[in-house]
Parts: sequence; structure tokens; C-alpha cells
Amino acid sequence: MDDEKENIQRQIVLPLRKALEISFKSLRIRFWRSIITTGGVILGIAFLMSIFTTDLVNKGLIEKGSAETSTLIQEEEEESSAQQIWLVSLSLLVCVVGITNAMLMSVTERYREIGTMKCLGALDTFIWKLFLLESFFQGLVGSFIGVVVGGGFVIMASLLRYGGQVIPAFPKLQFMGYALAALVIGVVISVIGAFFPASQAAKMVPAEAMRSEM
Amino acid sequence: MPMTQQNVVRTRDVKKVFILGKIPLEALKGINLEIKRGEYISIMGPSGSGKSTLFNMIGGLDKPSEGKVYIDEVDVAQLDAYELAWLRCRKIGYIFQTFNLIPVMTALENVTLPMVFAGMSSDDSRSKGVELLELVGLGDRVQHKPLELSGGQQQRVAVARALANDPAIVLADEPTGNLDLKTGKEIISLLRRLNKEKEVTIISATHDLKMLDVSDRIFWIRDGRVERVEERSEIKLEVGTMEGEEA
Ligand SMILES: Nc1ncnc2c1ncn2[C@@H]1O[C@H](COP(=O)(O)OP(=O)(O)O)[C@@H](O)[C@H]1O
Ligand SMILES: [Mg+2]
Repeated sequence: MDDEKENIQRQIVLPLRKALEISFKSLRIRFWRSIITTGGVILGIAFLMSIFTTDLVNKGLIEKGSAETSTLIQEEEEESSAQQIWLVSLSLLVCVVGITNAMLMSVTERYREIGTMKCLGALDTFIWKLFLLESFFQGLVGSFIGVVVGGGFVIMASLLRYGGQVIPAFPKLQFMGYALAALVIGVVISVIGAFFPASQAAKMVPAEAMRSEM
Repeated sequence: MPMTQQNVVRTRDVKKVFILGKIPLEALKGINLEIKRGEYISIMGPSGSGKSTLFNMIGGLDKPSEGKVYIDEVDVAQLDAYELAWLRCRKIGYIFQTFNLIPVMTALENVTLPMVFAGMSSDDSRSKGVELLELVGLGDRVQHKPLELSGGQQQRVAVARALANDPAIVLADEPTGNLDLKTGKEIISLLRRLNKEKEVTIISATHDLKMLDVSDRIFWIRDGRVERVEERSEIKLEVGTMEGEEA
């Protein structure tokens, strides 16, 4: 008799669209908070993009710029290249830590909400989806802003320094490629950063989640 | 087994031990109880007596250290994650002292969330959600966010949400604990009305004596044990004599 399960069924897995809807709403309503969380991504990606763009501007000018500018840049580049790789790696690392930290905070803050959702019938996978999606969107928006800010800043600075020759010399197609790469890196990092907090949230027993006082 | 006598909740020697640092704390020391379909049960006891812990065990929100919990004669420990989620979604409705509404969602969205989890279409859940909010007297607050509602109104939303998927059991942990006297009374009579109208079993952990009037049976808990069980007839008698004394 103890094994009689006929009056119990299995919970259905919700379509991704539902998780999308809920995470989107949650982000929109916590807009300013989300922006602050996103700050880490913006900074990291802006930095990355500024280095990419500097590289492109320099390459373009070496090839197509005036002889004077070309030699100037070649001299400068020799010393900075290794250092730049180091800086980019560091900035990406800071990015991951920042996002994990922000997501952990967001999870801790919402223990009760997660517990409640589990009481109402949310599966662990749903909680996973919710947090990963939120992070995905934050990563996307943050990276986009970062690309615009980082790329824009360097282009402006180059224009001021080298004048109009920058524009014809600039490899625009390559720039688009780098921008896309930075965008993808930002999103991937955001999702990776959310992995640990999301798993923490998903595996929590509801009773435990509800106990946390706010 | 005959339907009329079926226990909707049954526990057998349920024990729960919490390990705090190195010291084990026995919050439940062997709870045995049987609750029949349609009953209105109060679990009474002082703070720290183990009411919430028992609430969590009965609701499938936490696992006992020892003993068994049966919901509709199914051993909860035997269920996998999907079955447990289904149980929480369909069989049980939860009401908490702190309301626990999702702050970013409107009253209606809060009420329809369990229906979403149950896979109901948005049109159906919408109309049912509105219906339930009307039932608890909040027909005009459908689009309000929790923070735009009073405590009593928030708890009404929570009551409507608990009923979303027509559960067999509504579990309430100190549902009046954060409410003033009058609002608390309103919530209690609302629960009693739903218990009668919808024939839903109500199990409420509380130390609110206002609950005594409406309960069919009361389990008095002290220090992790059921101290005694009182039937409605006995309670009425007591309340009657109390009123008699006052007059
Ligand atoms: N998660 C937990 N970890 C450690 N101790 C707990 C936990 N939950 C409850 N307790 C302890 O178990 C006892 C019973 O608590 P609880 O069930 O919350 O009582 P009540 O709801 O009747 O006030 C208390 O001593 C409490 O401190
Ligand atoms: Mg309690």
C-alpha cells in the first residue's frame, strides 16, 4: 500500500518561453539594480573592446597612415603588446568574479522567492533557467554598452590624436568582427558567472529557502 | 479503502533532528497524526515547539530524519523530484506568515503562477485567477503589486494563490501572525468559508487562539510532541463556559 502512487503524477517541464517571460519581467522591474549588476560586464567589455580597437586603429594607420604616424606607432607597439594580453586576461577575470558576485547577491536576496516558487511547483531546472536567462540578458545588454563605450572612446581619442587619417585607414569590417567577438565573450562570461549561484539556488530545499530572514 | 475514511495526511513517528554546529536539536520527537479529508485542523503550540518544522514535513518541503509522511496514502519519501513538484503544485496549497508573494508580480500573476507551473494556458489561468481573487474579495485589486496592498490584502492574495490548482490540502503556517486582530479574524473566517465551500482540508500551524473557534480538531504541540488532541465538541464547550463566565 505504501507504494501506491497512482494518484501522483509527474510535474511537467515548462517551455523556455515561460522562464523567458518571467526572467525578463524580473529584470525590467529591477532595472536600475540590473544596470548596477551589469556594470561589471560593461567595464570589462569596454576595456576589452578599447584594446581591440586600439589595435585596429594602429594596424590601419601603420598600413595606410602617413609615414610619420606609422613609425611612431610601430615604436610604441613593440613594448605594449605582451602587456595588453595580460591586461585583457585580467579584465576578463575581474569580469567573471564580478558577475558571479553580483549573481550570488541576487540569489541570496531572493532565497525566499526561490523557495516560494518551489512550493508552487517549480522544478529545479526552472530555477536554473531563470537565473541563467537573467544573466544572459544582463550579459547581452552590458556587453553591447561595453562595446559601444570602449570602441567609441578609442576611436574618438585616435581622431583627436592622429586627425582625420584615422577614418579611411580604419578596418571597419574587422572592427565589426571584434565587436561581435566581444559581445559573445561578454555573454559567455555572464552565463558562466551565473552558473554557480544558479546551481546553489536550484538545489536548495524549499524549507531552507523560506527560513532565511530578510 | 473507503473514501470517506481516507486520511489525506498521515504521519508515523516523524522525527526531525537539526544539527546546530555539533549539538543535535530534536525539533520533532515522534509525531503521529491522522487528518481526514475536509477537516479544519489547528496545530497549536508555543513558539519553538516545532509547528513550522511539522508544517514543512507535511508539505513535502523538507524531509524527516526518521519516520514517514503520507499524503493521500502515498509515502512522500518515495517521490522523485518531478513527483514532489507535482504534489506541491497540485495537491497542496501553502500560506505563510510572511505572505511570500513574488514582489515583481501583480496579484493576478501571483495567483496564476501555480497554474503556469501546472501547464495551464494563459487564458484559462487568467480567468480562473480573477475568479479566485474575486472569491477572496480582491476583485478590484487584480493588477496591484504586493507592495501596493495591505498585509491583510496580501494574505488574501496568498489564500487565492493557495487555491490555484484546487488542492486537496491548504497548509498555513501562522497565517495571522503578521496581521492585526481584525484582519486576522477576517483571514480565519475566509479560510473556514473555503473549507466548507470547497471541501478543502485546512491545516494551520498557529498560536492564535482565534483559530480555536473554527477548528474541527486541535493538535496541541509542546516540545516536538503532540501533547493532546481536542475535538470540536470539547472546544465548543470550553468556549461556551468562557463566554458564560464573562457574562
Ligand atoms: N533549519 C533549522 N536549523 C536548526 N534549528 C531549527 C531549524 N528549524 C527549526 N529549528 C529549531 O527547531 C525548533 C522548532 O522550531 P519551529 O518548528 O520553527 O517552531 P515553531 O514554528 O513552533 O515556532 C526550534 O528550537 C528551532 O530553533
Ligand atoms: Mg513557526
